[in-house]
Amino acid sequence: MMWSWIPSNGSLIWQLTRENIYIGVVPALYGLAISLPLGIVAARWRWFYPPVLTLVNVIYAIPALALFIALIPTLGLTNTNVIVALTLFSLCVILPNVVAGLRGVPDPVRQAATAMGYGPLRRLVMVELPLAVPVIMGGLRVGVVSSISLASVGQLIGVSSLGYLFTDGEQRSFPTEIYVGLVLIIALALACDLILVGVRRALTPWAVRA
Amino acid sequence: MSFFNYAWDWVTQSAHWHGPGSIPQQIVAHLGYAGLPLLIAAIIAIPAGVAVGHTGRGSVFVVNLANSWRAIPTLGLLVLLAVYLGFSFLTWLLPLVVLAIPPILVNAYEGVAGVDPGVRDAAKGAGMTAWQQVTRVEVPIALPLILVGLRTAAIFVVATATIAAYIGLGGLGRFIFDGLASYQYGPVAGGALLVVGLAVLVLGLFALLGRVLVPAGLRKQRRSE
Amino acid sequence: MRSRTGLAATAALAAITVTAVAACASGGGSSSSSSTTTPSATTATSSSSNPLSQGSASGTVVVGSGNFPESELLAEIYILALQGKGIKVTPKLNIGSREVYYPQVQKGTVSIIPEYNGTLLSVVVDPTSTAKTTAAVDAALAAKLPSSLEILNPASAQDSDSVTVTAATAAKYHLKTIADLAPYAKSWTLGAPPEFKTRSDGLAGLKANYGLVFKSFDPLDESGPITLAALQDGKVQAADVFTTTPYIITDHLVPLSDPKNNFAAQNVVPLVYKPAMNSTITSTLNAISAKLTTQALLQMDNALITLKANYSTVAAGFLKAEGLS
Repeated sequence: MMWSWIPSNGSLIWQLTRENIYIGVVPALYGLAISLPLGIVAARWRWFYPPVLTLVNVIYAIPALALFIALIPTLGLTNTNVIVALTLFSLCVILPNVVAGLRGVPDPVRQAATAMGYGPLRRLVMVELPLAVPVIMGGLRVGVVSSISLASVGQLIGVSSLGYLFTDGEQRSFPTEIYVGLVLIIALALACDLILVGVRRALTPWAVRA
Repeated sequence: MSFFNYAWDWVTQSAHWHGPGSIPQQIVAHLGYAGLPLLIAAIIAIPAGVAVGHTGRGSVFVVNLANSWRAIPTLGLLVLLAVYLGFSFLTWLLPLVVLAIPPILVNAYEGVAGVDPGVRDAAKGAGMTAWQQVTRVEVPIALPLILVGLRTAAIFVVATATIAAYIGLGGLGRFIFDGLASYQYGPVAGGALLVVGLAVLVLGLFALLGRVLVPAGLRKQRRSE
Repeated sequence: MRSRTGLAATAALAAITVTAVAACASGGGSSSSSSTTTPSATTATSSSSNPLSQGSASGTVVVGSGNFPESELLAEIYILALQGKGIKVTPKLNIGSREVYYPQVQKGTVSIIPEYNGTLLSVVVDPTSTAKTTAAVDAALAAKLPSSLEILNPASAQDSDSVTVTAATAAKYHLKTIADLAPYAKSWTLGAPPEFKTRSDGLAGLKANYGLVFKSFDPLDESGPITLAALQDGKVQAADVFTTTPYIITDHLVPLSDPKNNFAAQNVVPLVYKPAMNSTITSTLNAISAKLTTQALLQMDNALITLKANYSTVAAGFLKAEGLS
């Protein structure tokens, strides 16, 4: 293990980390942005969900590299390609959670809100979504963690991320680089996971802490 | 030309179905790279998950694993072992087993831990030994989730086995990396399409398995990953 | 449930969503022009017939490299030398394979990239060419390169494909040239990078020039640790090891000589986008090529791969030693 490699390549490591954060976190956020409206529709109109869920399961089964490749004719070997693919994967994880979270709101609560004079929109925004936050956040967490990790596979089509440490590490037979890549990606993913747990706690002050 | 044009053109050329390195050969190789680790991981993780779910010991570890296993970059693990071990079969076996264990373990645990306490009590009250409780009550109830875990792991190893070709192995990834190296999108797209097809087949297989193995009354459980 | 908290929760969820949409407007995360070894991806626009080759347009002096250590090293040398002469340089390293970066140089998205004259000619510019010597290859390139491109002076340094065996194998079978493989090829496995299978100087060339038909072909990596392991473990009996790979020295490998010139000359040469050039740039790059010998390149590769030195350190060291910085 060549520890000196780390400080002498600090700016490279930082550059790659920033790139990895970008192409890891942004897709998860896009996935959330798409899952929310889709999930609200799916939770309300029951017939809509089963076909959507089947489609989501099929897409999630596609290996990341295969999806990047399928997007090459339209998006080239670019950041956008990886971001679109990872957004799709995040969607697959977050959407079911949005639906489960909304459907998990107890009926008595819904009825109480209606009884208090809340219209459907107000009830959704002020009651159902907030109560669904823990489950939705659960999905977002999985989305962020897996996006950050899968972003490194993009290196195989030339999209830069911490995955560069894997390819260069292989080419130069240099385990130090590979270890640094592994540790950083895992640490990055877990740090984002923790941040999201904090966000969830901040958003749900009424929740009982076990 | 779209991805599908390239892929379809390439896959439907009969030359690609014969000779060394043909499509059927790489499909079989791919199934091998995926199947063996899945089997080993299942043998390790299902009993472990059931044990943790039944006794409650080690549940903190498993719950944390549930959140963190997807953080492990598969390419990194493969490359690390390739650099250390070269062409040993452990180079692909170890990372894939390591990656397949968490989803199976976590889901087996959740399946058993999620058994209704009333049912557990009833089993104890009926005089069942621990072994009988586990095998006759808890595992059958946990079966849908165990299958979900196996399915997740199976999809995962099929996907990772694709990347194994990067370090010189066979399987469907071979078409992808050979194509990328010689600047031909045909095999790249074709290989990708075949892998997707394989993944969808695995999905279908597990759906079928679920129908066959899980009694109808249990099939309506909520799913989790 | 207090409506205020509920509102806050929903507002936060909305904020996250809005951030996501706003991030859309900020564009992609490409590299900065700050430090040296910053790999980055490209933006896609055009639609040439092969989806693997897409690029876009920009304006400054951009030095690119392919996605392997030696290419990154050479680009690093160019970058440091040019920056030393006060030229503003944008690095764009690890672009990918030739099919990806070549169209970019053609359009001017990349201004300079280190290339190998033989492969450039036979893979992209004129696959039908039979030129083999440095002079012939350079002449063919000068004639056939698109009008926006040119190659500067070639270095004497060459990094070419080879057919290589272990020292033990060479001794056991008395192997000195590729022709000596004739009695054994049909029971041996040849290992090489995947493209060797289809390239004209690959399996086809070995058959045409030496009559060799191997029992089987194993795709390995680009003359890296997988190739070394395959040779040492006996998974392959002969392999394509690039001639500046340090393993040749550290692991006692024997590249067999190529009297029939199956592999053309592979001099390192800058491929440049003509409109982006000026006399300072070209004289700087030519000065580098004048001092770049095969031995120097091999030493640098050894530093990178065996000693794990940094690309910028090795590049700077070379420039200093040759009085070019």
